[in-house]
Amino acid sequence: MERAPSHPALADGVHPFPHEHLLGIAQLKPWEIAFLIDESEQWVEMNRSRAAKHDERLRGLTQINAFFENSTRTLLSFEIAGKRLGADVVNLGVSGSSLKKGETLLDTALTLNAMHPDMIVIRHGSSGAVQLISEKVDCPVLNAGDGRHEHPTQALLDALTIRRRKGRIAGLKVAICGDILHSRVARSNFQLLASMGAEVRAVAPPTLLPDGLDGYAVTSFTDMDAGLRDADVVMMLRLQTERMEGAYVPSPREYFRFYGLTEARLARAAGDVLVMHPGPMNRGVEIESAIADDIARSAVSEQVEMGVAVRMACLDVLTRRRRGVKGWA
Amino acid sequence: MTPAAPIAIINGRVICPASGQDGIATILLQDRMVAGIGHAEPPSHAQVIDARGLVVAPGLIDVGVFRAHPPACHAGGITRVVLMPDQSPPLDDPALVAYAQGSGKPDVWVHPLAAATRGLQGVELAEIGLAQAAGAVGVATGRRAIADARVMHRLLAYARAFGLTVVSHAEDAALTAGAVATSGEYATRLGLAAAPAFAEALAIARDCRLAEATGAALHIRQVTTAEGLAALLAARARGVDVTAGITPAHLLLNDMAVSGFRSFARLSPPLRHERDRLAVIEGVRSGAIDILASGHDPQSQEDKRQPFADARAGMAGAQTLLALGLGLVRDDVIDLPRLIAMLSLNPARRFGLVAGTLQLGAPADIAVFDEHAPWRIDGRMFHGAGNTPFDGLPTAGRVRMTIKGGELAWQC
Repeated sequence: MERAPSHPALADGVHPFPHEHLLGIAQLKPWEIAFLIDESEQWVEMNRSRAAKHDERLRGLTQINAFFENSTRTLLSFEIAGKRLGADVVNLGVSGSSLKKGETLLDTALTLNAMHPDMIVIRHGSSGAVQLISEKVDCPVLNAGDGRHEHPTQALLDALTIRRRKGRIAGLKVAICGDILHSRVARSNFQLLASMGAEVRAVAPPTLLPDGLDGYAVTSFTDMDAGLRDADVVMMLRLQTERMEGAYVPSPREYFRFYGLTEARLARAAGDVLVMHPGPMNRGVEIESAIADDIARSAVSEQVEMGVAVRMACLDVLTRRRRGVKGWA
Repeated sequence: MTPAAPIAIINGRVICPASGQDGIATILLQDRMVAGIGHAEPPSHAQVIDARGLVVAPGLIDVGVFRAHPPACHAGGITRVVLMPDQSPPLDDPALVAYAQGSGKPDVWVHPLAAATRGLQGVELAEIGLAQAAGAVGVATGRRAIADARVMHRLLAYARAFGLTVVSHAEDAALTAGAVATSGEYATRLGLAAAPAFAEALAIARDCRLAEATGAALHIRQVTTAEGLAALLAARARGVDVTAGITPAHLLLNDMAVSGFRSFARLSPPLRHERDRLAVIEGVRSGAIDILASGHDPQSQEDKRQPFADARAGMAGAQTLLALGLGLVRDDVIDLPRLIAMLSLNPARRFGLVAGTLQLGAPADIAVFDEHAPWRIDGRMFHGAGNTPFDGLPTAGRVRMTIKGGELAWQC
């Protein structure tokens, strides 16, 4: 199994993750990404045990999950991750927020900060909002998705999933297909996969491909058959219903015809192709049900499983300094 | 009010692009007018100002500001502004235009642009004839373009009859709806909703063609792209009466400035790719771009301390206009008289203002500045809101004195 490349400064006692927050993949060096993935492995094992799944390392610490945009899966994943490490987890949902009462985002951030949390997990509909909040609070901030910008824990869990299935990331051909334009998952994955040495492709109708993808070292395809050729991993993205009724693509059925993942299309990929989807899936729109349910090829459930482990690792690593963990102070 | 004592500014380098004057001279201001220019001894009762080592120029005329804040204007050498109709409420009524026109006197004269359409909604023509009678020097589409070509066509035809220059915002409305950045690598990396740069060229081509069809005078408030500039020059070559402006921000910054989600760099139109920035500098050099303006549109902290896309577009520019403009002179893009023409004479000519010159009888609006004095831009020191993407930038060129209507309004 691929291990973390050695950190050039580690010999001098510098810990391998110098960041205060996890705002995006863009800020991470390849060895820092690998370090987080390595750290996640132990939690995969613990989460699978039938005995009590509990570790006390975050005992007494308060984790606020501030979700300014609706989410079920990611919120639940972060909540379980915090609880399994012993943290006191509180959730602030969009309906409970004061933003509707006219409070500015920064005032909300200062209010949260005044409650002395030890970590804040934030999802927000605007790109850059999580960074803005991180500049105003005194504890680690984890980005659980900001606008179209980044969703770093999703990219990390995808990388962990790929590495466990394929044994490596470097050299793999990964096709990311669907609504690239609006996808923070795609943006985080482009950066993570490219920096770990994968060959990354973006496959989408031209209306859903943003400009400037060459800057990511990503190759764009508007022909899905060409984009899937010999792919080792196919990562499907969700296409929101309101975007396929004529705004970006003419109709769901036309989209499925040309950009849906079908058996016939998947046959162009490598024989041992791994199919992924960040969920929730639109069966019959972007992915055929039979493929989604084929556990030999589909890693969809495993991605959810890895999500908890990755989030546990991120919460653990980001709080090490404040917990006074040896070597991290 | 007793008439102010005459002021004689001696030993300064007097530059007046209208007359071609550029040299050390004495300028005498009396009865709110320029009363003499040359080498004669100043009268004994005059207040003498020694401007040795300084430049004496017509007071700057800032075209297309959204706020006319006298202290900020004076600190920037600005004595007149051409005000955008995007006020609260919009200047779509003659009474509002008349009020705006008087709002700055005596400190800074405000020459309002009337709203082209009611409520700046781009649907129904506003009373621009009555607005002209109330003091409007032109009409403007506001912060946005008029989306409907038919409305724009009628506006230009109607404005032509009154001899009013139409100031348009050159961004195709549909292509740029919801966009906060220019399409490209930076917008994609940051996950910002973006519009292609050619949205500007589309708007300029359309508006120029409509101006051609109607014979109207058109001023493109900001030309920020190579393609937009090409569309402008093509129209001008066909004889269209079109002029163009630009702000220092689009001459000095490119779309990289938004990295890190710096909301101070959220401008309208958005910052462009480096190749477009270089093209518009060439546009200034060649004379294709006539007017340099601050785009002064300060925003409150509440409106700027937001996630990038939720922050309001706009920056405080009045106090940095001259210094940043002088950068063009230092970089040999244009010479100092050309810069001064872009900041005073050209705006005056385009909007029919009796100003922008130092000829005998002209209003005694003067900016005296040290073109080399170094300073560091610090938004906290600004009058009013200090949101500027140039915060912290070392620059050179300080206004030492602003004289408005023959009276010393400001000095440092």
